Amino acid sequence: MSMEIIYGMPLFLIAALSVIVLLVDAFTGKNKAVAYYFSIISLLAVAVSAAISLNTNIPKSGFDTTITGNNITFGGYAAFFDIIFSLAGVMTIFASKPYMKREFKEYKEYYSLVMFAVAGMIMVSHANSMLMLFIGIELMSFSFYVLAGFIRTRITAVESSLKYFLLGSFASGFLVYGIAMIYGATGSMILPDILNKITTGNFDITYLKVGFALMLVGLAFKAAAFPFHQWAPDVYHGAPTVSTGFMSTAGKAAALIAFVIVAKSVLPVNISVESVTSGSLELSKFTDSARMVIAVISAITMLIGNISALVQKNVKRMLAYSSVAHAGYLLMGIVANNQDGWAGIMFYATAYLFMQIGSFVIVGIIEQNNERMNFDDYTGLRKNHPWIAALMAIFMFSLAGIPPFAGFPGKYMLFVAAVESGYTWLTIIAVISSVISMYFYIGLVLTMYFKDNENGLIITDISSAKIPLAISFVFVFLLGILPGSLIDLAKSLF
Amino acid sequence: MPEIIWTIIEASIKALAVVGGIQLMAALNVYLERKISAFAQNRIGPNRVGPFGTLQPFADVFKLFLKEDIVPKNADKFFHSLAPVLSLSIAIAVWAVIPFSSYVDIGDRRIYMGIAPDINVGLLFILAMTSVGVYGITLAGWSSNNKYSLLGGLRSSAQMISYELSMGLSLIGIVLITGSLSLNDIVNHQLAWDGWRWNIFLQPVGFVIFLITAFAETNRAPFDLPEAEPELVGGFNTEYSGMKFGMFFLAEYANMTTSSVLIVLFYLGGWALPVPAETLGLKDGSIALAAAHFLVFFIKVLMLLFFFIWVRWSIPRFRYDQLMNLGWKILLPISLLNVLLTALGVLYLK
Amino acid sequence: MTLSVVLFAVLSILAIASALVTITSKHPIRSAMGLVFHFFMLAGLYLTLSAQFIAALQVLVYAGAIMVLVIFVIMLLNLGDEEKLKYKVNPRQVIGIFLGAALLVMLGTIYVTNVSVAGFNKEIAANIGTAQFLGNELYTKYIFPVEAIGILLTAAIVGAIVLAKRKLN
Repeated sequence: MSMEIIYGMPLFLIAALSVIVLLVDAFTGKNKAVAYYFSIISLLAVAVSAAISLNTNIPKSGFDTTITGNNITFGGYAAFFDIIFSLAGVMTIFASKPYMKREFKEYKEYYSLVMFAVAGMIMVSHANSMLMLFIGIELMSFSFYVLAGFIRTRITAVESSLKYFLLGSFASGFLVYGIAMIYGATGSMILPDILNKITTGNFDITYLKVGFALMLVGLAFKAAAFPFHQWAPDVYHGAPTVSTGFMSTAGKAAALIAFVIVAKSVLPVNISVESVTSGSLELSKFTDSARMVIAVISAITMLIGNISALVQKNVKRMLAYSSVAHAGYLLMGIVANNQDGWAGIMFYATAYLFMQIGSFVIVGIIEQNNERMNFDDYTGLRKNHPWIAALMAIFMFSLAGIPPFAGFPGKYMLFVAAVESGYTWLTIIAVISSVISMYFYIGLVLTMYFKDNENGLIITDISSAKIPLAISFVFVFLLGILPGSLIDLAKSLF
Repeated sequence: MPEIIWTIIEASIKALAVVGGIQLMAALNVYLERKISAFAQNRIGPNRVGPFGTLQPFADVFKLFLKEDIVPKNADKFFHSLAPVLSLSIAIAVWAVIPFSSYVDIGDRRIYMGIAPDINVGLLFILAMTSVGVYGITLAGWSSNNKYSLLGGLRSSAQMISYELSMGLSLIGIVLITGSLSLNDIVNHQLAWDGWRWNIFLQPVGFVIFLITAFAETNRAPFDLPEAEPELVGGFNTEYSGMKFGMFFLAEYANMTTSSVLIVLFYLGGWALPVPAETLGLKDGSIALAAAHFLVFFIKVLMLLFFFIWVRWSIPRFRYDQLMNLGWKILLPISLLNVLLTALGVLYLK
Repeated sequence: MTLSVVLFAVLSILAIASALVTITSKHPIRSAMGLVFHFFMLAGLYLTLSAQFIAALQVLVYAGAIMVLVIFVIMLLNLGDEEKLKYKVNPRQVIGIFLGAALLVMLGTIYVTNVSVAGFNKEIAANIGTAQFLGNELYTKYIFPVEAIGILLTAAIVGAIVLAKRKLN
């Protein structure tokens, strides 16, 4: 057996298991527990194998490429994100069991779709060629379209699914055209090849520009960044809450990794100074303007997300808008376009994933029949359910970026990275929009704690949703007080 | 004269011959069908027009030409006229890649018996054309604005989609064995081993599946649900008369010929002679050998045509759910399994 | 003017015309048939680029399978002429059309000023277009993406069934 199979084990495992879970589902009949536990155990197995490959020293080259044909990378940041995505999948499955039982019907297909989505994300993080990148993004998106409309008797869910599908497939078109153009410009799909051709000046700048612009549209859509963010609030609001938690965190993280992967190879950091030709001068002009465009996108995204979230009466919609804003923060790492920026994205995506999934799980616990999601419904939550109120408060503080929770070091890393690469104005805007966001995050905490309501809401069914809450809390807290080890890891991986 | 002109001239002559030949074959089919059905039902059959009634099909066509062409008032005129043309032209288009004999060498020019039998996507082209063939029937059913026609059209499109898959999969076995998509290569590959390399021996399961799906794709009994008389009056062609009806009729018989020809080419050794050509004293590329090949080929096709007609007059029609069950639950898994086993066989034995 | 250039021009004009029929005609069946015709023309265009295999697949898959299903559904639902909605000129649409046209002009000028089809070689293209070459590439160099696409299609099928299953058990 080639070493390649061992190094790429997380990817191969999830690819095989996501299909096998369907078979398990088909042959276990009415017994719903089997598929449920099977998918959880498989995701954990993927996480474990990813942890192993993260700790193995993987050679940079010398593979027998007959298996993967240089289409995927092994270990490194990819392995790290494998762990994160599998954990997100596990948390979603745990949270969705009671939610789906209460709100709709427990379908085992839900678990297999979550697994397919995780498989897509893992493909994205392992992508070493534009081809795998696109297939991964599509696999993830297809699963999301269905997860969004999973409660198909609920009209808002169907609406959100359809909206997501129509706009998403349109965006995928842009992505493909962009990939085709970049292929035309450089003559390769393999990302290191593309980088190599660009740094040695062996490419066509016009096609590269057009290609990158088109890809930018597609990726900005997938990450819900301005001006392609308008689908996000509607889709996130209409979809089942557990799906929303999954889509708006893991999905966003995957889209950002795709962004990093593309930016790493198309916007080279070090353009070789020895061979200053007109071509390389033009290239550095292109990189600068591309970064500027992304910086503007990032600034407007965070402003628009936070300002729109200000006026929301509905907690789920507020979180949906705030997730748009977080895409803006994450894009700052791309703007920085260096190791620090990418490490910042990695850290903040991790932190954001846990705090956002945690808050969506709580929204999911509280809501009933698509109701009970307004700020008013949260009044007096402290009295009946002090633990849940406390957790929600922690997640809100973390989302707002208040120490000592995970949001703070993440934002700090991104802000510093942007400043160091000369985008101080972007950081100022980011700080301003963070301050704006305090209003509604803290507002929710105030509602929960300081507004009283005689007949406060009663939560009946938490059961397995406790597990994702516990995981989220542990990570939000740990990453907040001891960020150092993850920061070091992140910097070493890029 | 440049090469391209010669190629065009050659292709045009072949095309004319093939189109004429198909019409003649259709006439022959009609005659055979009437005679054999008469035999099966202990009747005499046509025996007045020409010797043994052989000119009967021409009389039939002549009658159709003279008939009034009626188009229903609420029909979609354009598609109503387009549908029969589509049916017939697609039925003929398949013949672009079908060979019916080996080759003839004239000077230093090798002429294949067939319009373009050597094209290396021939098999795919045939599959593509059969899959497009459904449009004629479906559009005919829809444009007539008649519920029976519509039901017939819907049935036929559902049926053809269902059976196309198994048909394509059964052919993959042959492609795996031959290693080529060209029909000439497929036939030539079967010539070795004294006739024991016919694909019917290597691919018995594939042969049975292809035979069944060929019946289904041509809408012949027992798969003639699109035109089931007791339920649907006349099926998709209820509202057609005159030569438009004649064109559907022609297309159906042309398709029957095509299916027989394809079975011969794919599974029954094509034009393989029963004895080696050397013992007959015939040279490779000579006209005599090509003629001998054609004769063998034609006899095989006639036998299959007889089989087609024989089945029609012996076996009752399927019920619709039986048809779907057979297509999706039996034929498709078996043909998938066949592909798997063939692939393993090719991998380890070849 | 070589034969292939003439063919290319004829096929592309017909392709654009049929695409226009697809989006402008009011009746869904006419639209669908326009699309079928468009696919045939596309297949022809692939042939002029020496990609026979893709041309055959284009007809087999798109025209022969997908569009048949589309037409099947249209007939099953018995869709008639589209009802005319009251049409108002929407400022957004005007801006959209303007921007789209600007993008088209931009891309057009880029293509016109930047005709760098270096490396296109008819003989190489003819080799690349064959089924043997494609199969060899797909099942050796690109085996993993091919398998990944398999998973993608499985996910799509599962999703479609989940969303469209008639009975909620």
